Amino acid sequence: MAHFQKPAEGSWTEHFGLDTEPVNYEDSTSPAHYELERDAIFGRTWLNVGRVEQLPRKGSYFTRELDAARTSVVVVRGTDDEVRAFHNMCRHRGNKLVWNDFPREETAGICRQFTCKYHGWRYDLEGQLTFVQQEGEFFDLDKSEFGLASVQCEVWEGFIFVNLDPSNTTPVRDYLGEIGKSIEGYPFHLMTQVHRYRAEVGSNWKLFIDAFAEFYHAPVLHAKQAVDEESRKLQGFGYEALAYDVDGPHSMVSSWGGMSPPKDESMVKPIERVLRSGLFGVWDAPDIGLDELPPGVNPARHKSWGTDSFVFFPNFMVLIWKPNWYLTYHYWPTSYNTHIFEGTLYFVPPKTAYERLQQELAVVTFKEYALQDGNTLEATQSMLESGAVNRFPLNDQEVLLRQLHTTAGRYVREYEEQQSTTPVRISAAS
Amino acid sequence: MTTFPADFADLEPFADWAVPTERARYEKRLSCTMDELQAFYDAVFPRLEAGTEYLKNVQLDGISEEDTRLVWLFSSLVTVSFPVEVWAQPRVPDSGASEFNAVMEPAI
Ligand code: FES
Ligand SMILES: [Fe+2]
Repeated sequence: MAHFQKPAEGSWTEHFGLDTEPVNYEDSTSPAHYELERDAIFGRTWLNVGRVEQLPRKGSYFTRELDAARTSVVVVRGTDDEVRAFHNMCRHRGNKLVWNDFPREETAGICRQFTCKYHGWRYDLEGQLTFVQQEGEFFDLDKSEFGLASVQCEVWEGFIFVNLDPSNTTPVRDYLGEIGKSIEGYPFHLMTQVHRYRAEVGSNWKLFIDAFAEFYHAPVLHAKQAVDEESRKLQGFGYEALAYDVDGPHSMVSSWGGMSPPKDESMVKPIERVLRSGLFGVWDAPDIGLDELPPGVNPARHKSWGTDSFVFFPNFMVLIWKPNWYLTYHYWPTSYNTHIFEGTLYFVPPKTAYERLQQELAVVTFKEYALQDGNTLEATQSMLESGAVNRFPLNDQEVLLRQLHTTAGRYVREYEEQQSTTPVRISAAS
Repeated sequence: MTTFPADFADLEPFADWAVPTERARYEKRLSCTMDELQAFYDAVFPRLEAGTEYLKNVQLDGISEEDTRLVWLFSSLVTVSFPVEVWAQPRVPDSGASEFNAVMEPAI
């Protein structure tokens, strides 16, 4: 029985014009398909690489390994306060420019200029080449032609995005579409208390998005995290979203909450009762100075709203929670069946030690859930790779998964069509 | 000098649970038996309510060393509450070798 209203078509899936056939998961098991995704998706869409708070001062920088897009970028705040991104590569003979100890590990810091470890070429914060060791030994070297190779970089609501396709002409705000615009104005900038987790996951990147883009699993996989009686009740109800939305490649799901605080405190675990905190966050929400939430947050304006999950294609999710905090997920592919997952929690900075402890419980609860979510992935990946079965029915509460795999498939197809109609580039490998 | 503020001197036997980071607290949890975790929980959980009342009046700005260690201790209780209240084992069930590591956490 439906508890929440569905669109007139009878299902969300049909409402968004998606088919209802079983889904084939070969897009998650084929090394060749992944190679196409690298260029068709990660090489040409806007990728979120961080937040402006990570670059507090002129000269603040961080690097991002973008294995899927076959590069590493350095993102830096210039002397003019602009945030720029460059391929993390020296123009002399291609050494990686910014790294410490381990060339494949990300780093961050503050500096006045970048100096290459190899022969000492230097670049200013705007990417201009400023110093060449033994410049006179070179042949008509014009330093102005050897600045760092820049990467398109734009900031939306404090989130820093890069796009590795030099021919891209879509600003990030347009790329994020109506769903992005609908959450503009949320005070992300107030939530600067940051906890980040990272995991190397043995599955295709899309499978972990699948796990976080549906809550159909929640009453079952996470059953033990509620007290017994409550858990039985939740499994009886199953899961239904308050609302879904799809716009272009992006999508969102709005979910009920009721746990922050719970109606009945006996529903939750003893430590949650004492610390007044849990999965949905700290029950006593901090003031964030909003009279009304942006229209895209709790779009159904439902009384029992708890959290919204926004899936920004390809690999960036934002979760906004009722008690005034948010969470981001990033999925960075490293091969067709591995990726690095990052989950980052952002709170209004606590003032008292008690508030810090309340946030600690929300953080640790997230970790316990995510460990459960992550566990199923390797198990799924290995069996998908067996190829024993390749038609999988997805239900209406799994509509965002269908949307994700359909979108990713479309990007690859369009890319292939484009490649076959343009002259083949000569590559060093062939 | 005692580990914790005077009001919480009774928790001295659990001073080794005053661990500064979530990552280290989680590792300590995994290195313990359920009996050890249960004993820690049974001793410290009954003190949590008094602890929260006390910590409501402790500003993070300029927090003392004793109060800091008390926050660390109760943070360990948070970490240990999952095996005791939920899992009945130190590790998240079926989590095998998978790791989920804190790579950034605000210092207390
Ligand atoms: S490769 Fe950077 S200075 Fe030579
Ligand atoms: Fe989950």
